[in-house]
Amino acid sequence: MGGSDSAGRLVRPFTLTGGRTRPSRGDFTLITTVTAADPQPEAAARPQPEHARILRLCAEPVAVAELAARLDLPMSVVVIMLCDLLEAGRITIHPPHPVNRTTPDLDLLQKVREGLGRL
Amino acid sequence: MAGSDTTARSSGGRSAPDTVKILIAGGFGVGKTTMVGSVSEIVPLRTEEPLTMAGLGVDDLNGVEEKRATTVALDFGRITVSDDLVLYLFGTPGQQRFWFMWNDLAVGALGAVVLVDVRRPKSSFAAIDFFERRGIPFVIAVNGFHGEHPYPVEDIREALALPDGVPVLLCDARERESCRDVLISLIDRLIAEAAPAG
Repeated sequence: MGGSDSAGRLVRPFTLTGGRTRPSRGDFTLITTVTAADPQPEAAARPQPEHARILRLCAEPVAVAELAARLDLPMSVVVIMLCDLLEAGRITIHPPHPVNRTTPDLDLLQKVREGLGRL
Repeated sequence: MAGSDTTARSSGGRSAPDTVKILIAGGFGVGKTTMVGSVSEIVPLRTEEPLTMAGLGVDDLNGVEEKRATTVALDFGRITVSDDLVLYLFGTPGQQRFWFMWNDLAVGALGAVVLVDVRRPKSSFAAIDFFERRGIPFVIAVNGFHGEHPYPVEDIREALALPDGVPVLLCDARERESCRDVLISLIDRLIAEAAPAG
């Protein structure tokens, strides 16, 4: 932390978003799953390199947090790029399983328990 | 209502699994990432967020170069529960004031494990307080360094002023089985609370 490169690491990622620091939509949580559309939209122009990298990484479904880690970019930056990709029809998203405290999902909890039991 | 209703499906690939998460919290250096790594099927991943940016809520980057940049890291792992369900484990930043960096970190969590270092129990107070206030169910896992547990559970419960019903477990964050059992205890608590009393 605090190395001589740290300021560069802070600023550089946001050049990928054209300086934007806020996402245009709120669809993306840490564990929202992202999948590249297959086939990609026909009319679409060639994606810019970072977008193409994201599309390669989400050829199979992957969570947003994993994408950010594998891209070595802040999640805030990745989410802005994902908004662009979603609006261009290049990815589909799957929201996390909803958690409701007043009516917990017993089937889900049993499933998690069984899965943990197999570890 | 289940997430599977909206499952996205790319024409060639497999459908996206449902995802859930559990938070692993506790004071600085208590073994959160160790615990994540012990049960995760992948080497724990890390995502870092630039603190200056989010902290100031700036919308343009003028002048940012001159500030000393700091990042806050979030470590996480993954357990594939079944073909269509994946559990993520997030080791929260030791300093709770940085949790805001990921708006949704605590939102939608099944529950939490608060790791406690018996030598510094106070360092986990903030996490306990956070989950209590938000009504997020949690269990306490006392991480015994070198697997040693010099204090009985009751003493720890008292030292932490825990409300009744919060399970206290002794664990070794380096051991897969031990961490798995902590997670199962959390799920058992959730199941017990979900099932009608009787």
